[in-house]
Amino acid sequence: MDNHVTPPNSLVSVRNLSFSRGTTKIFDNISLDFERGKITAIMGPSGTGKTTLLKLIGGQLFPDQGTISVDGENVHQLRRAELYNLRKRLGMLFQSGALLTDMNVYDNVAFPLREHTHLPESMIRTLVLMKLQAVGLRGARNLMPNELSGGMARRIALARAIALDPMMILYDEPFTGQDPISMGILVHLIKSLNTTLGLTSIIVSHDVHDTSAIADYIYVLSGGKIVGQGTPQEIQQSESEWVQQFMTGAADGPVHFHYPAKDYVDDLLSSGKRY
Amino acid sequence: MTAFLEYLGQSTRISFTKLGRASYFLLQILAGILSLLARPRLLLKQLYSVGVLSFLIITISGLFVGMVLSLQGYYTLSDFGAEESLGVMVAASLVRELGPVVSGLLFAGRAGSALTAEIGLMKATEQLSGMEMMAVDPIRRIITPRFVAGLISMPLLAALFSAVGVIGGQMVGCGLLGVDEGAFWSQMQSGIDFKDDIINGVIKSLVFGFVTSWIALFEGYDAIPTSEGVSRATTRTVVNSAFSILGLDFILTALMFGEH
Repeated sequence: MDNHVTPPNSLVSVRNLSFSRGTTKIFDNISLDFERGKITAIMGPSGTGKTTLLKLIGGQLFPDQGTISVDGENVHQLRRAELYNLRKRLGMLFQSGALLTDMNVYDNVAFPLREHTHLPESMIRTLVLMKLQAVGLRGARNLMPNELSGGMARRIALARAIALDPMMILYDEPFTGQDPISMGILVHLIKSLNTTLGLTSIIVSHDVHDTSAIADYIYVLSGGKIVGQGTPQEIQQSESEWVQQFMTGAADGPVHFHYPAKDYVDDLLSSGKRY
Repeated sequence: MTAFLEYLGQSTRISFTKLGRASYFLLQILAGILSLLARPRLLLKQLYSVGVLSFLIITISGLFVGMVLSLQGYYTLSDFGAEESLGVMVAASLVRELGPVVSGLLFAGRAGSALTAEIGLMKATEQLSGMEMMAVDPIRRIITPRFVAGLISMPLLAALFSAVGVIGGQMVGCGLLGVDEGAFWSQMQSGIDFKDDIINGVIKSLVFGFVTSWIALFEGYDAIPTSEGVSRATTRTVVNSAFSILGLDFILTALMFGEH
C-alpha cells in the first residue's frame, strides 16, 4: 500500500513507518522524503518522537513496520559492518553535544579520524584545525568539554560530525537552550556548512522561527502523524488549525491548554477526597 | 492472592530478561577481547584507573586486617601455647579467604561503583549513543578494556592485600606480642601450600574480578539514563557484587578445600 512515489533526488526516504514504545504509538504509518542538498526540518511539539525518528534513520532503533532507506540502502536490513560503514557517512549532532568528557576538544574532533582512518598525526592535526576553524573554535582546542558553554559544545560536536566529510548531518534540537548570539551562530553554521560542503541536513526542532529561516522543506508531526508539510511559506499559510497553533504558539487550540480532567466545578465541590 | 502471584510472575520475568541481557552483554564484551590486543593503550589507561587507583585502599586495608588477625589469633593460640603457629594462621586466613574476599568487596566499592557511575553518565549524556553514530562500537571501545582491566587488576590487588596483611601480622605478632620471628616465618613456609592455598586464592580473586567487573559494567550500561537511574545502578553494583562475592566464595571454598 505504498502510495508515495519516491522523488528521484531523495537521499533518505521513509516509507509507511510505524513505531511504538510500549503501548504508545510514536509513529503511525508515516512517509517522508529528504532531498539531497537540502535542509529538511521536522517540527512538532515535545514528545512527538522527533529524536526517535533520527535514531530510526541512524539504525539505532528498529521500526515495527515500514522501511527507511538512506542513499538507496535499507537501513534495517544492513548487516552490522555495512551499517557501520553507512554511519561513517552520516554525522549526527546530539542535543547535548555528546562530547567525550575525558578528552579535550582537539582529541574529540580527532576521535572519528583516529578510529576510522590510518592517517599520520600530522595530517590529523591539519584536518582537526580545519574543522575547528570552520566552526570558529580553533582557539579552544585545549579546553575540556566541561569548560565549554552549551553553544560552544554544540559547535565542537558539529566540527566532530563533519570530521569524516559526511554526506548528511542529522541535527537533534540544535537550537534548544541557546542564547540569541549562539543561536544566530548555529543557524548561520548549519546553513553555510550545508551549502559549502554540499551536505544534506535533517533538523529536528520545535523552534519555529529560526528553523523556518533556513529550512527548504518542513514536516510538522503530531500524534504520530504528519499534520502539515511544505516549504516554510506554505507552512506559514497552512489552513490547518493545528499547524497554525504550532507556528504562532497560541496557548489554546486543537492542542488544549488543560490536561484532561473531570469537570472543574464538580472537582472543587467534591470535598474530603484528595484525588 | 492473584495479585501476589502476578507480582511474583512479573518480577521473575523481569529478573530473567535482565539476566538474558547481561549474558548477551558479556558475550559482546568477550567478542571484543581480540581486537583489544591491537590497541594495548586503551587497556593501559584502564589498568591505571581501575587498578592503580585502588592501590591505596587495598594496601591500607590489608595492613590493618593483617594486624587485627594477628592480635586476635595470638589471644586464642596462646591459650593452647601455640603462638608459634601465628604465622601460618595469619597467612592461611589471608591467602585463602580474606585476601580475595575483602579485596573483592573493596574493589567493588572503589572501582566497581566508579565504573558503573562512569558508564551510566556516559549513557545519560548520549556519549555511548554518539559513539554508535560515529560507527564506533561502544562495547569494544569503552566496555571491553575496562572489563579486562578489572580481570587483570583483581588478582594482583588480592595478592597485594595478602602480602601486606602478612607483613602487618608479622609487625604485630613479632614486634608487639613477642612471637619468635623464626617460628613465625618457618611455620608459615611449611604450612602454606603453593597449589592448595595460593593458586586457589588466585582463582578465587579471578572469579571475583570477573563477576564484579561484569556486574559493574552491565549495571552502568543498563542504567536508566537519568541522575536517579545512575545513582540506583551504582548502589545495585555494590550490593550485587557483595552478594555474588560472598556467595561464590562459599561455593568455591566448598569445592577447593572440601576434601581435606
